[in-house]
Amino acid sequence: MARAALTGTRLRERRMALGLRQADVAAAVGVSAPYLNLIEHNRRRVSPRLLEALAGRLGVDVEMLAEGAEGAQIEELRTAATALPGSGAELDRAEEFAGRFPGWAALARGLARRVASLERAVEALNDRLTHDPHLSDSLHEVLSAVASVRSTASILAETEDIEPEWRARFLKNLHGDSERLALGAEALVAFLDGSDRAEAQVGIAPQEEVEAWLAGRGWHLAELEPGGPGAAALEAEIAGLASAAARGLARDWIAVMARDAARVPLAALEPGADPVRLATMLGVEVTVVLRRLALSPGAEAGLAICDASGALVLRKPAEGFGFPRFGSACPLWPLYAALGRPGSPVTADLVAAGRGGRRFRAVAFCASRHPEGLGGVELREAVMLVAPLRGGTQPGGGAQVVGSSCRVCARGDCPARREPSILTDAAVG
Amino acid sequence: MTSHVLLIEDEPNIAEAIRFLLSREGCRVSTLHDGIGAAEAVRTERPDLVILDLMLPGCSGLDVVEAIRAHPETGDTPVMMLTAKGQGRDREAAEKAGVTLFMTKPFSNAEMLASVRALVGK
Repeated sequence: MARAALTGTRLRERRMALGLRQADVAAAVGVSAPYLNLIEHNRRRVSPRLLEALAGRLGVDVEMLAEGAEGAQIEELRTAATALPGSGAELDRAEEFAGRFPGWAALARGLARRVASLERAVEALNDRLTHDPHLSDSLHEVLSAVASVRSTASILAETEDIEPEWRARFLKNLHGDSERLALGAEALVAFLDGSDRAEAQVGIAPQEEVEAWLAGRGWHLAELEPGGPGAAALEAEIAGLASAAARGLARDWIAVMARDAARVPLAALEPGADPVRLATMLGVEVTVVLRRLALSPGAEAGLAICDASGALVLRKPAEGFGFPRFGSACPLWPLYAALGRPGSPVTADLVAAGRGGRRFRAVAFCASRHPEGLGGVELREAVMLVAPLRGGTQPGGGAQVVGSSCRVCARGDCPARREPSILTDAAVG
Repeated sequence: MTSHVLLIEDEPNIAEAIRFLLSREGCRVSTLHDGIGAAEAVRTERPDLVILDLMLPGCSGLDVVEAIRAHPETGDTPVMMLTAKGQGRDREAAEKAGVTLFMTKPFSNAEMLASVRALVGK
């Protein structure tokens, strides 16, 4: 009934858009005008044969009439309902709801989108407030100076019989703390002022600067491909980065990307290719292929690279798969499984925790090297490619539900959780 | 009897102010400026109260508290933790580590003295 209801509405809209009379269309497909009227008003189910005839008369595909643009909208309603498992929404009646109450359905979809957007904003802001070392340092400096000023001033004001030498010391301390306070407040204001300017570099870590630059270049540097002008052509852009540390990091990544480009030609990177097989074929480390796959022109896949401590040293986000800006990432990422098993590829299907969690296939590999030779340090670098999987947004099929970091993860039953999530109980479900 | 307070605080001006206040209160105050060796100092000095900062150079204040609590001779020493990080999870972590009293910076001198009196039983 629900499918028929939508189809009837679409039939009527299409006929009226073409300026056709109901009676003429009914006659053309061999039914009575009152019967077509019932169909158009969603009171009769339309048979497949009649639907085919009507589609032919109205010049549209049968699928368009049967599914319509509402297909995606209904999927959106279902996703919104499943994001709140206790909501009691009748999932099996989503089509009927959309057909009978299109305005309310649009409102529900809009609210779900708004909630998702706000959650993303909360995630970003919380990440910034919780883990941003610049903010944390500035706040700590200000609060420490305030604590000292308060105690010292209070002593000076309330201790009537204070000895002159103590008075002099405290006055000197007060002066020093007031200067610290001024500097700390200035740093804090500079940080907060910069937080709403996309181009501002105030308080942005060098790694973020480099990632922002690479993102602006679409995560691909064509200059480094064989036959291209090479790294020298990027020097002017590198010089435009705000900090010397970021310029140094950018040059390091350019060197890595240039070496990768020389080893793995773009032509060898077929979508969906097995990176391990490809690496074997080309005689290169799997990590090289993973980087090339993620950093090839237009690649949708995300990329995370960490060192032996687990710190993320490069984050190319994938749509729907969040990476933490600071702090530790989700311990369930295959990246960390790979980190513990150098030389062994790790692959897993993942579902991003939260509303409308998307599915991804992750491939991770860890390479180790010994720059100091025998007896020297072992350096490890793990690389994880996160490629979106098409079809379906629901968990299942053995996929692991993962987040970006515990603080903003919606997974409620996670055995690896380090700290509570700021997301609501309802969202955590 | 004079109470002995071990103060572990890396901010010299805060340490000086607290030391002054507690000395006038009649306490004997010894100070450390980082967390390294703090637990050992508690074992050797056996203070009546430990006041320490959460964020210390070399070693977290929480690690110091856990070390104090883990040793049978110092396990029941009252510990007051000072911190500029007053968030709920810091407080929870402090309680879990065994902190007796958690005080957020900036604090008032009167509040500090009242807490010290309560903890050393004066």
